Amino acid sequence: MSLLSSPRAAPYLLLLPAILVILAVVAVPLGVSLWSSFTPYNLTRPATLYTFIGWRNYQRLMQEPDFWWAFGRTLVFVTVTLNLELVLGLGLALLVNRITAGQRVLRTIMMFPMMFSPILVGFQFKYIFNDAVGLVNNALFDLGLIREPIPWLVEGTLANIAVMTAEVWMSTSVFAILLLAGLLALPKEPMEAAKVDGCGPVQVFRHITLPFLMPFIFIAMTIRSLDVARAYDMVRIMTNGGPAGRTELLWTLMARIGYQNSQMGMANAMGYVSILTSILFTVYFYRRLVAARRYMEGVE
Amino acid sequence: MSASFAMERPWQRWLIRIGVFLAMAILCLPGLWVVLTAFRPNIEVLARPPVWIPQDPTLANFYGIFGLLPDQQQGLPVAAYVRNSLVISLTSTAVAVLIGMMGGYAFARYRFRGKAGLFVAFMLSRTVPGVALSLPLFTLWSRIGILDTAFGLILVYLAINVPFTIWLTDGFFRQIPADLSEAAQIDGCTRWQAFWRIEFPLARSGLASAAIFAFLTSWNEYALASQLTRTTASKTMPVGLMDFTAQFTVDWSGMSAMAVLIIVPALALTFMVQKHLIAGLTFGGVK
Repeated sequence: MSLLSSPRAAPYLLLLPAILVILAVVAVPLGVSLWSSFTPYNLTRPATLYTFIGWRNYQRLMQEPDFWWAFGRTLVFVTVTLNLELVLGLGLALLVNRITAGQRVLRTIMMFPMMFSPILVGFQFKYIFNDAVGLVNNALFDLGLIREPIPWLVEGTLANIAVMTAEVWMSTSVFAILLLAGLLALPKEPMEAAKVDGCGPVQVFRHITLPFLMPFIFIAMTIRSLDVARAYDMVRIMTNGGPAGRTELLWTLMARIGYQNSQMGMANAMGYVSILTSILFTVYFYRRLVAARRYMEGVE
Repeated sequence: MSASFAMERPWQRWLIRIGVFLAMAILCLPGLWVVLTAFRPNIEVLARPPVWIPQDPTLANFYGIFGLLPDQQQGLPVAAYVRNSLVISLTSTAVAVLIGMMGGYAFARYRFRGKAGLFVAFMLSRTVPGVALSLPLFTLWSRIGILDTAFGLILVYLAINVPFTIWLTDGFFRQIPADLSEAAQIDGCTRWQAFWRIEFPLARSGLASAAIFAFLTSWNEYALASQLTRTTASKTMPVGLMDFTAQFTVDWSGMSAMAVLIIVPALALTFMVQKHLIAGLTFGGVK
């Protein structure tokens, strides 16, 4: 009790359970995986965990074209989907913001996709893009636009489009809801002043609304860049990296090498590359956020 | 804000309404399609030309996944999946909110050495993608012997949810003026009493939204669960969905029925507390 009442120890005691959990579930396993990325660790031969081979896994990875394809595809995937989600989310937030009656209901409907498990979204869109029974092909048939079924998930480019569509559907809401929160907090005075001065709606948006929204945009970007790796579930279900590796992302490749080929050491080396990439994205958006906030404080 | 746009012409207003309607339709359609499929007889699922609205709605798919149809030998262990999902999600949510609240309170109310560093460390732990974590966890959990147990998965979800809970509750506690609890302490409350009587009730909506996020995360998680669970002892519903896929075919009707089982509790819960959810997102995190 004397420890608990000491004001010095209190914050550490309060944080102790959280620290223990993170150490046990994140830090220690990551330490193990860092070590194993320097070994030829293979699930079928446990003793290999104790053979140190230095940077060999990383060197082999760097020479592996499959890895670089997956890496590049992941960057493209993240960039394209994040930007699309931002633009669509902004559009949606602006639209909903203009509706006065029943806005609360609209906001609830808007969050609908956020409640779906990514794996469920994967199955849903696998079903929707199915060439025989899928919603998309059925609609195109009924509208008379196609005569042959389009093999959405079988052809490389189309499969990438399908996968990105699913990701955008799943996550646009996150942007929309955060940006709507920003729009609701938007101060009225500068907008009215601008209108009195004869600014058109486009100018008001460009010079007042958008700068004000910037911190909200970067928060959404930071949050989303944290969990784009959720896309693993979806891609795993929709195409599992196929056809012929054309939709392979870092995460699906990693799981394949680790669990199917049992090459844990190699997979963990890849894991480290992808973790560092994730952290870079997050840090980048976080710094933009801090800058945007500082700019806003300067204005106010 | 909309008052300042009162000058819009009627056609503009209609354009906005149509746009909103289309956007909402696109957001709802994929989910609705799966729900409708869950109530279709198999003939309609595979019909060509397609049957858009179920003509002959049935509960057969639901009986089917629980193995209750007369001609069925046995169903899938769906009941066990439901039980595991509930136990794992509820337990990890409750504990994550408790631990996260303690942490959030520490960050909001105390100044201590290493504060900024600890905060960043918590946030960075959140950036590690689930798949990257599943490989080392698999190795470690199998050595300790908690692979394929509910406990193993609860522990993992705890670690995923605690940083986010800390972040949200920190924001909420900071909004509550420190003077309130200080005044209570001057009036003779201990810090502990002051917390329970004053700060806790005020932070309740923040805690509610943190709880929803934690619950949804564990309820919907797949990447880690699929590697750390093996049998009905710990498999959750998202992992159970894979039972409906064979190498080249998917049992769409069974899968859709299972999907409804996963969606409905999540939807019901979210709609019940959506006010807190929006408040949690907008105030706790953003400001």
